[in-house]
Amino acid sequence: MNDLADLFALPFMQRALIAAFVTGLAAPAIGTYLVQRRLALMGDGIGHVAVTGVAIGLVTSTSPTWTAVVVAVAGAVLIEIVRERGHTNGDVALALLFYGGLAGGIFISGIGGQSTGALQRYLFGSLTTLSIDDVLVTMVLAAAVVALCLGLAPQLFAVAQDQEFARVAGLRVRFYNVLVAVLAAVSVTVAMRTVGLLLVSALMVVPVATAQQVTRSFRTTIAAAMVLGTLASVGGLAFAAAASTYDVDATPGPTIVLLALAGYVVAWPVGMWLRRRARLRAPFPSGSAPEHEPTGEHPHQHGPGCGHLAVPHDDHVDYVHDGHRHAEHGAHYDEH
Amino acid sequence: MTSATAPAAVAISGGSVEIGGRPVLRRIDLTVEIGDFVALMGANGSGKSTLVRALVGLRPLSTGEVRLFGTTLENFHDWQRLGFVPQRATAASGVPVSVHEVVASGRLTHRRLFRPLTRADRAAIDEALEVVGLAHRRRDAVSHLSGGQQQRVLIARALAGDPDLFFLDEPTAGVDLPNQHALAEALGALKERGATVVLVAHELGPLAPLVDRAVVMRDGRVAYDGAPLRDHEAHEPWFADPHTHHHSAPDRRHDHVPHVASPLDPSDRGPR
Repeated sequence: MNDLADLFALPFMQRALIAAFVTGLAAPAIGTYLVQRRLALMGDGIGHVAVTGVAIGLVTSTSPTWTAVVVAVAGAVLIEIVRERGHTNGDVALALLFYGGLAGGIFISGIGGQSTGALQRYLFGSLTTLSIDDVLVTMVLAAAVVALCLGLAPQLFAVAQDQEFARVAGLRVRFYNVLVAVLAAVSVTVAMRTVGLLLVSALMVVPVATAQQVTRSFRTTIAAAMVLGTLASVGGLAFAAAASTYDVDATPGPTIVLLALAGYVVAWPVGMWLRRRARLRAPFPSGSAPEHEPTGEHPHQHGPGCGHLAVPHDDHVDYVHDGHRHAEHGAHYDEH
Repeated sequence: MTSATAPAAVAISGGSVEIGGRPVLRRIDLTVEIGDFVALMGANGSGKSTLVRALVGLRPLSTGEVRLFGTTLENFHDWQRLGFVPQRATAASGVPVSVHEVVASGRLTHRRLFRPLTRADRAAIDEALEVVGLAHRRRDAVSHLSGGQQQRVLIARALAGDPDLFFLDEPTAGVDLPNQHALAEALGALKERGATVVLVAHELGPLAPLVDRAVVMRDGRVAYDGAPLRDHEAHEPWFADPHTHHHSAPDRRHDHVPHVASPLDPSDRGPR
């Protein structure tokens, strides 16, 4: 256990922890809006395009983070334009863009004589090799994403919920659409050092999918997703670090994603149970049976806590068991 | 109805709309005075929804102009005076959303950037939920509501902005009768307050007593404009395809969608 404490005292480990924390906070924040628009895979697409940006940065020896930001933003805006214009072949156009980005990145880095190892750091994340500058950039970008996602929440929510209504409310819908695309691109580059470009979308989408198993409102969904994302990324890093003290080489990026997925696997049955319960307890539609139909011999006395499902029906309660709905009527029960 | 100097609530003059090169609205002239309750009726494909979408600026006009409260659409910025209820099967989206949150988005026209809901916002949201009779469901997810209740949520969203001109696109489509009555009650409350209402409806049902004026569209033109009609009158063959009542031989009209047919398709002759 002391080994682990020593490990977390190391500067590179602290930098990794900070990066994991802010990534886990920012990625689900923008991811919630993507899921709301049913664009869960957009983060994946931007991640593929950003590979070209990283390769350009590596080949030209400029900061891969900034070239990735520029190319990812350009790609995100292009995706948004394709989405807005194209009605029928939108997904094919997106696919072209995704694969173009990935292939372009590998092609460019090969021409530039870069080893695939350098590119791989960005494809699968390399939390433990961050410099102080990397951490600062990550923190600033993540703070910007979180501030805009929460500060402009009413506007972004309305545009994602119902574009036509938002336009008639006088909102500049195109501006907000592009803003979401740009924020998604920025969080992709924020997360690329943590979980890598190929797994980036997981951190944007999986915490949201987990949260919405048990939530009923947008506010709680986005808040819970940000908490879950942070838990997964910090927890995943800690798990990988702990494993390394036992000489097990666990890569932080995939560990984080697997932990987030484990959260979903736990939440899913809970969500199923909650939805089933809500369905069972939904009040019966009003109106009564056309005829008075008393039940036959009924030795059991229904009441609160009698063990049978009590469902509201007009001004009384029906007790549901064995395919019957029993409502109290004087000394006997009626079939409702 | 109003003094000659007051501008009409909404007016379209010589308005045409093309979709994919096909004319959908043809030189429409229509003026709705402040305080009117107008029902836009007509068969599917007659252009009634397109007309409403053109009036609120969602469909660009190829000719003519729309004026809202005397101001052309391009110069109109007073969006809080407008309440729009789009044609929707559902108010749900990819993420759970509570009834309160959907209605709260109707307050956007009154809110400044980066500011939380004010007390006035909350009061307006509560009142809107009260009017449509869903105050007790405010915390529930919209997706748990029935279709008719979701439609009432969308109306509450428009109400929350406290507008004085409402556009409703088929609010009664696919809504059961008790919900239609709840809807009629909410719209009646609006009318009492002196709101102007433009309602697209295939059939009026319980809304019929509220209507002051009926406009029947046919084939992108106004075919009738005057006193309210009973439902079956709006579907007489000289207005549109007979839809619910087949008193006469069907008089087939084309709609705006090209028909794709193959030898195995069922015959499209006769009443649909």
